[in-house]
Amino acid sequence: MNIFKLAFKSIRFRLFSTTAIIFSLVVSLLLLFSVEKIRKSVEDNFTQTISGVDLIVGPRTGSLQLVLYSVFNIGQATNNVSYESYLKYTNHPSVEWTIPYSLGDGHRGYRVVGTNQDFFKFYKYRSKQNIVLQSGQVFNNLQQVVIGHQVALTLNYKTGDQIVIAHGSTTGDSFEQHDKKPFTVVGVMAATGTALDQSMYISLESMESLHTAEGETKSQPSSITSFFLKTKSRLQILQLQREITTNKSEPLLAVLPGVVLNELWQSLSRIDFVLKLISFLVLVVGLIGMMISFMTSLNERRRELSILRALGANINFMMGLILIESLLIIIFSLGLSLFLKFILQLVLTDFIQNQYGFILSQEFLGLVEYIMIGSVLVLGFLISLMPAFVFRLQSLKDGLKN
Amino acid sequence: MNIFEINDLKFKYAQSSQTVLDIPQLNIKQGQSVFLYGPSGSGKSTLLEILAAVATPLAGQIKILNQDMSVLSPSEKDQFRSKHIGYIFQQFNLIPFLSVAENINLPFLFNHKKKNEKTYSRLVSALNIKNIEHKNVNQLSIGQQQRVAAARALVFQPEIILADEPTSALDSDRRENFIKILFELSSEQNSTLVFVSHDMSLKPLFDTALDLIHLNKANNLESEL
Repeated sequence: MNIFKLAFKSIRFRLFSTTAIIFSLVVSLLLLFSVEKIRKSVEDNFTQTISGVDLIVGPRTGSLQLVLYSVFNIGQATNNVSYESYLKYTNHPSVEWTIPYSLGDGHRGYRVVGTNQDFFKFYKYRSKQNIVLQSGQVFNNLQQVVIGHQVALTLNYKTGDQIVIAHGSTTGDSFEQHDKKPFTVVGVMAATGTALDQSMYISLESMESLHTAEGETKSQPSSITSFFLKTKSRLQILQLQREITTNKSEPLLAVLPGVVLNELWQSLSRIDFVLKLISFLVLVVGLIGMMISFMTSLNERRRELSILRALGANINFMMGLILIESLLIIIFSLGLSLFLKFILQLVLTDFIQNQYGFILSQEFLGLVEYIMIGSVLVLGFLISLMPAFVFRLQSLKDGLKN
Repeated sequence: MNIFEINDLKFKYAQSSQTVLDIPQLNIKQGQSVFLYGPSGSGKSTLLEILAAVATPLAGQIKILNQDMSVLSPSEKDQFRSKHIGYIFQQFNLIPFLSVAENINLPFLFNHKKKNEKTYSRLVSALNIKNIEHKNVNQLSIGQQQRVAAARALVFQPEIILADEPTSALDSDRRENFIKILFELSSEQNSTLVFVSHDMSLKPLFDTALDLIHLNKANNLESEL
């Protein structure tokens, strides 16, 4: 018999109240971990919408604005990049590949993006994942469209469906419907958990033909909204950025998307602080519940503690016993909630991705979680000191009386 | 040799102004069995707490095994108690979440003495609790519980056994039987037994009887009545 065994048997004896405490702690810990998981996933989904792209090139505008409309399809492009400039940098010796990106059309609230097949070949999101088609294939002709996962889900489209694309609006409720030129859905993209899921993709030529009189076909576009660019070597990024921003023939802007996205995320971090604060408060309430239940159980335990006292247990031993009991409960709850978190993550990741197109970050425990676990232990220890000290005060008065 | 030596001892509880105990002198010798009696409120339990080195006197001196208690720190007193004093309560003596054997062996957790297996088996067979050794204490009858408590008080062969009305919950047959076994085992170990009770029928069984009404000069009883 030692103090740990004694503490363990003691909490096992009070099965009902122990279970109740563990339940409330596990629930608040799970909430804490879930909020962090969601926060991290949102951050990942946000900052990793685009990866593997070294520069986004657009007309002279704000760098944030350029990233917002090129990556998130938020806001309007005020200016275009000439097709010549696009070709010029596509054929630049230090450029590995480019992806053209043309906005301006919409369909029932979703943006229609004009691009080419390089988009499907080169575009990467979240730690270098390629776009995968869930069904069908990439467009290879006029009047063909590939739709994002969320679009297919919400509008209930599948390959082979005919749709109409509107001009000049993201909502697609524009008066000017290109109704004479219906598009065929040829492919549906798998969920990416990024803004890609909420867009539709057609070729630049299709887009151009939308805006020209009937009969004329396959005209080359005179301009695009922006383009993505990958250099052959990372060392060339900054040099190329300078070269593009000082381009003589046309005023251009080139930004590093990762830098801009991180800045933007930082500016949103107040929300994330509030989320963390709320879940932390829930945890504190859980721990206080534990403390109260220990305080009340002290009364029932006076008898037991005076037996220990008569056997020669000193105050420190008994305070230690009470402290160890609460720490055992905290550690067990922590272990159980981590286990449940792991199981939930395993079970729910695919479900959430398929149902909501939201991808949970796959990391099991990140830095923030380690900090959380550490602070739960420290805080739990501090809160457990309370009943131990209350007991000390009591026992000095009580002696061996019942 | 004196096991207990009390001189001019006075005691009162911190929150009250009334002196509960005032004992000019009391000596208890080794091997004695002492019957300590008196009506409730006469200070029996308080004296027992002082003899157990749980309560600290306000004034005067108490020596236990020739050790002056006033010079010991609280945790030294706890240590002293764990080595030398076996204590039996009136009722509810046992830790509810431990088995019978675990309860009996609990003193070794605090006094760090080595368990003597012979003493242990002698006790469990003499007290007739061998067959319930691994039972949960909640399943025991009151008589069984008191015998387990006696085994726990004796198992580390302490010099002193203090018993606070341990038989009050037993019927008269079992009462006498319990006390006889307690005598037998404590005299085997040459332990000194101080037994508190208000049941005068037990008095003749003991070597010495101490009436707290006479012993205690504080005499609160009259002022209370």
